[in-house]
Amino acid sequence: MLRLNVNGKDHEVDAPEDTPLLWVLRDELNLVGTKFGCGIAQCGACTVHMDGAPIRSCSVTAASAAGHKITTVEGLAQGDALTAVQKAWIEHDVAQCGYCQAGQIMSATALLSTNPNPSDADIDNFMSGNLCRCGTYTRIRIAIKSAAQTMRGAA
Amino acid sequence: MNIDLKNEYYPPELIEQIEGVQKLWDSSAAESAAGPVSRRGFLKASAGVGGALVLAFGYADEADAAQAAGGGGARPGGGRPAGPPFNPGAFVTVHPDGRITLISKNPEIGQGIKTAFGMILAEELDAKWSDVTVEQAPINAAVYGTQFAGGSMSIPSAFDQLRRAGAGARAMLVAAAAQQWGVPAAEITTADSTLTHAASRRSLSYGQVATRAASMKVPDAQSLKLKDRKDWKLLGTRVTGVDNVNLVTGKPLFGVDLKMPDLKVAVFQKCPATGGKVASANVDQIKALPGVVDCFIVEGTGLPTEVMPGVAIVAKNTWSAFSAKKQLRIDWDYSSASKDDWKKITARAQELSKLPQGATVMKTVGDVDEALKAGSKVVESFYTFGFIGHSNMEPQNTTAWYQKDPAGDKLEIWGSVQIPDGARTLAAKVVGVPQERSTLHQLKVGGGFGRRLMHEYACEAAQISKQAGGIPVKLMYTREDDMTHDFYRPGGFHQFKGAVDDQGKLVAWSSHAISFAGDADGKRAVQGGGWPGANDFPAEYTPNYRLSTSLQPFAIPCGPWRAPGNNTSGFLVQSFMHELAVAAGRDHAEFLLEVFGQKQPAPPISGGPPPGPPGGGGLRAERATAVIKAAVERSGWGKPLPEGHHHGLAFHFSHQGHVAEVAEVSVDANKKITVHKVTVVADIGPIVNLSGAENQCQGAVVDAIGTMALEVDIEDGRIKQQNFDTYRLPRIRISPPVEVHFLDTDYTPTGIGEPAFPPAVPAICNAVYAATGHRIRTLPITHEGFSI
Repeated sequence: MLRLNVNGKDHEVDAPEDTPLLWVLRDELNLVGTKFGCGIAQCGACTVHMDGAPIRSCSVTAASAAGHKITTVEGLAQGDALTAVQKAWIEHDVAQCGYCQAGQIMSATALLSTNPNPSDADIDNFMSGNLCRCGTYTRIRIAIKSAAQTMRGAA
Repeated sequence: MNIDLKNEYYPPELIEQIEGVQKLWDSSAAESAAGPVSRRGFLKASAGVGGALVLAFGYADEADAAQAAGGGGARPGGGRPAGPPFNPGAFVTVHPDGRITLISKNPEIGQGIKTAFGMILAEELDAKWSDVTVEQAPINAAVYGTQFAGGSMSIPSAFDQLRRAGAGARAMLVAAAAQQWGVPAAEITTADSTLTHAASRRSLSYGQVATRAASMKVPDAQSLKLKDRKDWKLLGTRVTGVDNVNLVTGKPLFGVDLKMPDLKVAVFQKCPATGGKVASANVDQIKALPGVVDCFIVEGTGLPTEVMPGVAIVAKNTWSAFSAKKQLRIDWDYSSASKDDWKKITARAQELSKLPQGATVMKTVGDVDEALKAGSKVVESFYTFGFIGHSNMEPQNTTAWYQKDPAGDKLEIWGSVQIPDGARTLAAKVVGVPQERSTLHQLKVGGGFGRRLMHEYACEAAQISKQAGGIPVKLMYTREDDMTHDFYRPGGFHQFKGAVDDQGKLVAWSSHAISFAGDADGKRAVQGGGWPGANDFPAEYTPNYRLSTSLQPFAIPCGPWRAPGNNTSGFLVQSFMHELAVAAGRDHAEFLLEVFGQKQPAPPISGGPPPGPPGGGGLRAERATAVIKAAVERSGWGKPLPEGHHHGLAFHFSHQGHVAEVAEVSVDANKKITVHKVTVVADIGPIVNLSGAENQCQGAVVDAIGTMALEVDIEDGRIKQQNFDTYRLPRIRISPPVEVHFLDTDYTPTGIGEPAFPPAVPAICNAVYAATGHRIRTLPITHEGFSI
């Protein structure tokens, strides 16, 4: 039996040792905001936070996530209060199909937690692990800068 | 009506849907001459739950509509919802508490149609946008008419219908307020979900009159007065997507997110080479693995569009299924499998290109051979483009439940598809269920790009559910399944000969397209092959023109890919046009504008500005000229650029969209191309959602830049690339600022999911020529030593 802390809640999960965190989140805990895209940590659709750092949940076993704090896209907002990053994604209408955007938002949130004023190059480097097939990258850059500005203003 | 139904571009299911739209438009044209035609549709109202006004737009009689009311069904993330089903058939529901529910009838695939359709309805309804919720429609042709996402046709096919549904609901609300106040309806104005009688200084909210409105006489849809464009408040503004809050908070929306009680997960392994059959497989060993519920061989129908032979595994969850698949050992019978091989194909194409013309002549204008002889400058070029995949971020998947029933077995499908009725009927046929006993629930689609115009994954899910004994299964493709069993954008070849006269005018153009036949007798072209249609530009603009084709046999499935045909014909035609401009020693923009000025005798044109019948009217020289001139002006064409930066220009018409693009590019010593900026100027008629339309153009440019450097390798009948480590989709680094301008015109609005793609690649390649003097004639550009 695995013990996982996800979005501040403890869960006990019965899953084989090698089960990736992604499939425990999606199939066992019903947290389907985290998406499957490639299974080999190439697309970033499955990005979640482990103790605040972005990881590709398709390539990290649930067993190795035990004892760490996991945050998924469902755990960002406090009730109805969205984070600055989530709000910026809505304000700048980033999404097209939207499938990759949970992963993009998790990466962007992690970026801004360590770099409050990222340059274009910082954004391109940090976000390079997240694919968007619709090509919404232009707006992702704008939304990250907009969220950064909001967060700096609030701090 | 002016849609060229190129069989080679689209699957039959889509053509059927497009023909449905065509019938509607034809009846619309007939109607203006001979009065209303019932087939055009009519409005009907009913009192909804809790006294709501529910306004539908029907295409059939009441009995059909009542049959449609069976709706409901499971939604992603939950079981079957409790309570009464949502009012199927309604476009507009005004609730007594003031909430307004609008229905989007077509699949949302990332093109933003759910928001756009809501906006069109809300505009004529005069609804306050914050009161509005937009819901996905049930699938029912009797109520909604055609329902599909393809050919950038959602906007042109539904614009008039949705405006009338919104206007009809507004008229009934006005009538109800007029009755309540005892004043003439003409004295009542509406705005922001509120009715106002200025003379008596009274106002009512829509919610307050909703129940009374439901009993008002339903107006005749065709006699409703629609708003003048100058009075639009919502259309043309920037509205954020209606699903955005749910997306950023991770709510279940997509096909893969569907949950329901006792749902099992299935995987399906097909032969790596198309056409191979299962000789034997370690089925018993797989059945014994943890979490595996069942494993069996599927014979299939032998058609890649339906079910090919393979082995299915049904498991209790996704990881059990994926893990078991790695243990699967299949002995394939390759005797009837594809041996397609890109190297052999290329060698044959090079031979064919030496012929004076292709096997089939599609179009002849004047005498091209004479004109080539007489030309002052003659240019000959051979172009090559590789095969590419779709790679939707959401891998193909479908949930299907074959339900055994003494009254006759049933099929229920939950799918992320582009042609819901096509998927439903095809899957029902495959498992032998009558159409009327099959249903499909449309879910949000994690990227369309044409891949989900094909529905083999839905057929496979239905077959697996049936063979597993009638249990609900969610078929999940791994990324490897998705990439190696796509319907690929065909590669191809093109031999051009062109000439300009001593004045530098275009006088001759010969096109020999070398593509593929997918059928046994080698006659029927594969879908989505990339050459201009018989009458496509520059056929009508060149005094001596010939288009001919030659086909090679090819067995791997091909299919439509964003702007099918156009996504490569744009590159071919607009690159070669630049070659001729260079040969003539002319400025590219000036040369291109001159070509549009020398239009040959005009073909008949239908369509035109509203209120005429929709359809767009095809390529119009004046629209092309206007977007090219605007792109030249907006991009600063011909003016000094930063050191090492160069401009390239291209225009392309597709899907009724006229689009010109200018790319600003530099190329370093290692032939690495940097796109610094792209200016897009489009004439697609009035804009519905400015934010969404702009986003589509920006995305199309990024897609084009990425695609320039991509291909799937074909060897021994199979695709080599398996995942994103070797099929390298563009990442954020390559994404330039994209400046988008829409011309303000009154032509019938069209969709912009596709038309902004085709001009981007040639604009960039023409800029690379300007920068380096090297003409890129091969896609991917990596074959000529370039990278992005």
